[in-house]
Amino acid sequence: MTTPQERWGNINLALALFAIDPAPLGGIWLRARIGPARDRMIQSLNNVLETDILQRIHPNIQDDALYGGLDMSASLATGRPVHTAGVLQKPGPLVLTMAERAEQGLLARLGTALDAEQGLSIIAVDEAADPSEGLGRALSDRLALHLDLDGIPHSVATNLEFDLPALREARAHLPLVQNGPDDDRDLCMVAEALGITSLRAVHHALRLARHSAALMGADQVEQPDLQLAVELVLAPRATQLPEHSASEDQDTPPPPEMSEPDAHSDQDRPQTDGEDMPPVDALIEAAKAMLPPDLLARLAATRAARQSKGSTGTGHKKKGNHRGRPIASRSGTLGGGARLDLIATLRAAVPWQGLRSVSSPKKPKGLHIRKSDLRVKRFQESSDRAIIFVVDASGSSAMSRMAEAKGAIELLLAEAYARRDHVALVAFRGHGSDVLLAPTRSLVQTKRRLQELPGGGGTPLASGLKSALQLARLSAAKGMTPSIALLTDGRANIALDGSANRTQASADAQQMARAVRGEGIPAIVIDTGARPTRGLDGLAQDMGATYLPLPRADAKSLSAAVEAALPLP
Amino acid sequence: MIHAFPFSAIVGQDAMKQAMVLTAIDAGIGGVLVFGDRGTGKSTAVRGLAALLPTIQAVKGCPVNSESVATIPDWANVIERDVVEKPTPVVDLPLGATEDRVVGALDIEKALAKGEKAFEAGLLARANRGYLYIDEVNLLEDHLVDLLLDVAQSGENVVEREGLSIRHPARFVLVGSGNPEEGELRPQLLDRFGLSVEVKSPKDIETRVAVIKRRDAYDRDRAGFVKSWAKADAAIRKAIITARKRLPKVKTPEAVLQDCAALCLALGSDGLRGELTLLRAARAQAAFEGASEITRDHLRAVAPMALSHRLRRDPLDEAGSTARVIRSVETVLV
Repeated sequence: MTTPQERWGNINLALALFAIDPAPLGGIWLRARIGPARDRMIQSLNNVLETDILQRIHPNIQDDALYGGLDMSASLATGRPVHTAGVLQKPGPLVLTMAERAEQGLLARLGTALDAEQGLSIIAVDEAADPSEGLGRALSDRLALHLDLDGIPHSVATNLEFDLPALREARAHLPLVQNGPDDDRDLCMVAEALGITSLRAVHHALRLARHSAALMGADQVEQPDLQLAVELVLAPRATQLPEHSASEDQDTPPPPEMSEPDAHSDQDRPQTDGEDMPPVDALIEAAKAMLPPDLLARLAATRAARQSKGSTGTGHKKKGNHRGRPIASRSGTLGGGARLDLIATLRAAVPWQGLRSVSSPKKPKGLHIRKSDLRVKRFQESSDRAIIFVVDASGSSAMSRMAEAKGAIELLLAEAYARRDHVALVAFRGHGSDVLLAPTRSLVQTKRRLQELPGGGGTPLASGLKSALQLARLSAAKGMTPSIALLTDGRANIALDGSANRTQASADAQQMARAVRGEGIPAIVIDTGARPTRGLDGLAQDMGATYLPLPRADAKSLSAAVEAALPLP
Repeated sequence: MIHAFPFSAIVGQDAMKQAMVLTAIDAGIGGVLVFGDRGTGKSTAVRGLAALLPTIQAVKGCPVNSESVATIPDWANVIERDVVEKPTPVVDLPLGATEDRVVGALDIEKALAKGEKAFEAGLLARANRGYLYIDEVNLLEDHLVDLLLDVAQSGENVVEREGLSIRHPARFVLVGSGNPEEGELRPQLLDRFGLSVEVKSPKDIETRVAVIKRRDAYDRDRAGFVKSWAKADAAIRKAIITARKRLPKVKTPEAVLQDCAALCLALGSDGLRGELTLLRAARAQAAFEGASEITRDHLRAVAPMALSHRLRRDPLDEAGSTARVIRSVETVLV
């Protein structure tokens, strides 16, 4: 792995290449929390792009700000339509702050704007704290450079330096740069080895290599340019290690400089066809050097969230003014899809007409309507339900009735599918619990996860409940109504801290169960043991949950019981 | 976009291209649903197709692209009387679009500033006689999808709101795309798309290299690249125009109807939409190939895309339904 200094140097280089011609590269996905490193970087972007100030947009930006539109308050004040210009109409880089909160709709709009290739580029600043949130792929896939400032200390993040005249020269030189005949093939093979399916990535890498050659003043893309493109564009998108033996990779960090690629070509050959050439191996080596050391762990963490719903940190928002049962309108501004309640607006304006016509005699005809009169419609809608399955995958369960428990879940899943519920999956075994799937409507995913569910180990019931509770809070924050279905066959024997202490474990489980009840989350406890487990009904009581022993339950009564226990919102 | 990526230059993805060409021949087939990975050229294909299609005659400035002055809806304040050539409209419907923007609504600007009750046409009006493209249709709110499919099927947009009572023609081909891993479409909605195809990122190096090569060539010299493919595009355009003319003359033998019914019965698809779409798609395919009547080969060619999304499926069944259709085709059409 590279040192922070080297990474900072790479970022410096990446910004310089970006500044040569931002538009073809789409933009930068900058993962960084607030800090001096980020501030320095944004600051230097201003310098290197030679702009006075970078245009900023935020995730809640409205359509009329993006595309331009009618300025309602100015129009009302002047009595004639006043239009504003939209930010997407001006070419040049845009900074999207708090990109992790951007909704699918905004990402789709920005993606379309980038595809139109009108000189727009986007610098998405993503402050996600957790790998499960973050910029959605609809946009991140279109941005060539993925930079991560995590782990770069203040002391390393010195001022970035740019040779502006050289960049200007490179800009002029860029159209003359040619790619080598096999560049695209090499990059395709590297992408394949890194498990990158999107072809946009390869395309971006090809472009970046040209930028690099232009900066060198060369007419032809050379191996170092390709290597740089692989490091900056392909490596951050890797979804697998080039080799399939991950264990060997951890203690032998290969050097980034490849002086004798042939020496490595035999053992480092990726699992592609047999005719790959040494340059490809060198490129793969370069990519490997840039891979974060915790790649696999990170992938596992993001997978659950990413595959469920396009990976944005936002969920299905409640659209308070779109649909549902109409409720009284209230004063407010238009925009963001709010609909004007014309009658209420007029009613609000009527009492003031006399006064207003006196106070503004310049506009004698027609109604005098001010911004304060505007009333927008409101609707009330019930929220989606999210069922969180907490599955006991401990040794005893795995041995005895895992298959039946899975059968019961599948049954409930089919029910959930019919009602368009969201489903999440938490499994607990060994010393802790995993969120296998964040709330999703994709049943294919859920079923696959369920099949892959490993079994064995102790019963960390408290940990499972804790994860479920966190997930429930998260989904409630996204506007869903969570409920918990716990499937277990035994008593807790692993405490929250991971120790095998039966007394502590059951105390912890009890505490978590009370926390569930305290939050008012509806729950059901399904006993999957061969005979009803003593103590589990007590736990159910603590949770305020319905207790249902599976041995007595056939498919029909199970679904009826769940239906009764977890009411529709 | 002046130079869209040429339709004929898209590498592979034959099923998707075939489905789009069929809807260009017979818009009555209904929409196309394209499900698959990101960056597989879904939107490129739609835009390329639009650039390739013959231009339409429309009254200048008409919000619904009316063909002649007589058919302009009375609410539209069209001053111009000229009929001009327009490219086939392709309208993007972004996620998060409000119902107002889609169907049209009261023109707030006119209402507040001038006190007039006027209708502001929405995206459906602009898409009339063209294509409406929705990326990530599976993430669109259900009520909007319902509305779109209703309009697409009836060919008319009816607006009854805010004291407005307006109707205008909205005949368009709905093209929806999405990634099934991010959420699914309700079966009721699936059934109402005419054709459905699955696209995948190409898996072999040669194809991927070919994609990159062409895309890069296009980026470097748009005009030149488009020109070099103009001939291939023109050939497809000609084939579509000829097929449109031939379409009414293509005969439908009784045996083909029997086959359609047998196939749908064997697959257990609900309702009769399956048969109807299969027949129309097969007829368009026959017209495209220059045949005078529909044969079993045409049925075979279109059966997977016309039927794969109509199977009554176990929500937990992951097996590809395309494979099931192909299997049934093999057993029924022996």
